[in-house]
Amino acid sequence: MTNEVRSPVAFAPRIGMPIRFFKQLRRSLVHAAYPVGSFLVLVGLWQLVVRATGTAAYVVPAPSDVYTSAREHWHFLLQHSWPTLWEILIGFGLAAAIGVPLAILIVAWRGFERGFYPLVVGFQGIPKVALAPMMIVWLGFGLISKVVLASLIAFFPIVIDTVSGLRSIDAGYVTLARSMGATRRRLYWRVLIPNALPQVFSGFKIAMSFAVVGAIVAELLGANEGLGYLLNVASGELDMAFSFAIVVWLGVMNVVLIGIIGLAERLIVPWSHHSRATQSGS
Amino acid sequence: MRTVDTSPGVTGTPKGERLIDAIGVSKEFKRANVLALESATLHIDTGEFVALLGPSGCGKSTLLHLLGGLTQSSSGSIFYRGARVNAPLGAVGIAFQDAYLLEWRNVRENVLLQMDMRGIRGRARRGFGEQADRLLDEVGLGGFGDKHVWELSGGMKQRVALCRSLIHDPELLLLDEPFGALDMLTRDQLNVDLSKLTHDRNKTALLVTHSISEAVFLSNRVLVMGPRPGRIVAEVDVDLPMPRELAMRNSKEFTDRVNEVYAIFEKVGVLRDV
Repeated sequence: MTNEVRSPVAFAPRIGMPIRFFKQLRRSLVHAAYPVGSFLVLVGLWQLVVRATGTAAYVVPAPSDVYTSAREHWHFLLQHSWPTLWEILIGFGLAAAIGVPLAILIVAWRGFERGFYPLVVGFQGIPKVALAPMMIVWLGFGLISKVVLASLIAFFPIVIDTVSGLRSIDAGYVTLARSMGATRRRLYWRVLIPNALPQVFSGFKIAMSFAVVGAIVAELLGANEGLGYLLNVASGELDMAFSFAIVVWLGVMNVVLIGIIGLAERLIVPWSHHSRATQSGS
Repeated sequence: MRTVDTSPGVTGTPKGERLIDAIGVSKEFKRANVLALESATLHIDTGEFVALLGPSGCGKSTLLHLLGGLTQSSSGSIFYRGARVNAPLGAVGIAFQDAYLLEWRNVRENVLLQMDMRGIRGRARRGFGEQADRLLDEVGLGGFGDKHVWELSGGMKQRVALCRSLIHDPELLLLDEPFGALDMLTRDQLNVDLSKLTHDRNKTALLVTHSISEAVFLSNRVLVMGPRPGRIVAEVDVDLPMPRELAMRNSKEFTDRVNEVYAIFEKVGVLRDV
């Protein structure tokens, strides 16, 4: 009992009855059917309009053209996905590794909050993608400039959501902890940080999308590999069908990455899902 | 005014050692410019169950926080076993109107939060784990140790909070309207359970409430507070045997004391006919 891992992971729900599992699976499939259905309708409309108006494929390609192009050049897509994926993941990882501890410092230490947090909030107002040209000049055409821009953009939602998560605690919990003689360290580790986790994760989800934007923008401006570079080449050749294919592929990557964070959230913060379910359930 | 029914076995106010002495304690919230509490003087002896009864905003909750060392008074002084209180008291167990349970801990682990916050680990903590199960059993939550917080009703949550306030065997129990948000039936049951729990463990308790019947039902002594700025306006002794039982609410002593408190509230203008 003492060696029990105190991290919230230890409280992940055990896998329930198989019947419950299939019920849940069926329910989430039904839920997924709605957006998939409307997506298919939109794609069908797009196809119809392009074909009916006889628009040239180099102006607006039909979905079928995009699909054909993606099938034809899939090895390019795959080859250039790896560098972009690395840039996104390293950029996001850096942002999380710096952003979360920084947010804790901001909340825990008033001097830090007064001196530093206004800068964070102010700097958030700067459009970070506008820094991309400088990043390329300073850090070159390689991986580093992309990672830095990706993490710079991803950093802010993580800091801001973590700060607001840490502050979202009901003051009564702090009073309760003080009545128990809690040290600040215990208060943070046992109460404030676990309580902030749901918001940290929502920050992570935004940050992941931002990291994708950062990596792609930096690649568009100067790179010799990656999906942004590939997009530059394709649009340079007026290959609209393949350009669309790359954009769609990026969207898929983004959805998968955010899905992975959502999955991690389910495992690490199961209570967040449950309390929401009970609130809306009755 | 006092027609005490002194049948055999009825105990008066228990004579214990002096636990808390508060002398002329005031609390002003400077920012809001509000005098929440004005010159409160009271004492609590070991074994006593004292109720602080008053209307909303009379400063009774503030007084409880002051006695527990959770806030500092603007003037006056508070002594716990003769020593001045200027930091949270260690020998105290607290429960609030909100149960303040942690959703990521199961019921047992919520009770054991007390240990984690006090830095009790290893074998000692394991021992408390067994004790937590026994306590839960005692408040009617036997077998609920592994349940999640979101599976509990409001009354169950308060029972867990009570267990958490008792697990370290505190010398003084501070209860800040712990049942204030519950429905009347649950509340009545919890009052009976609390009376037995504190009596069995010979606990000293201070209960903050705005329910006259709750205050009279649970305590040996009711400190009646007037409207803001909060002052203690009267003290009413309740001579009924402990632990209290539901039937006692029909006793003459109970109804007399309830009526006495009503009369006090009418006198100070908290209650009036229109």
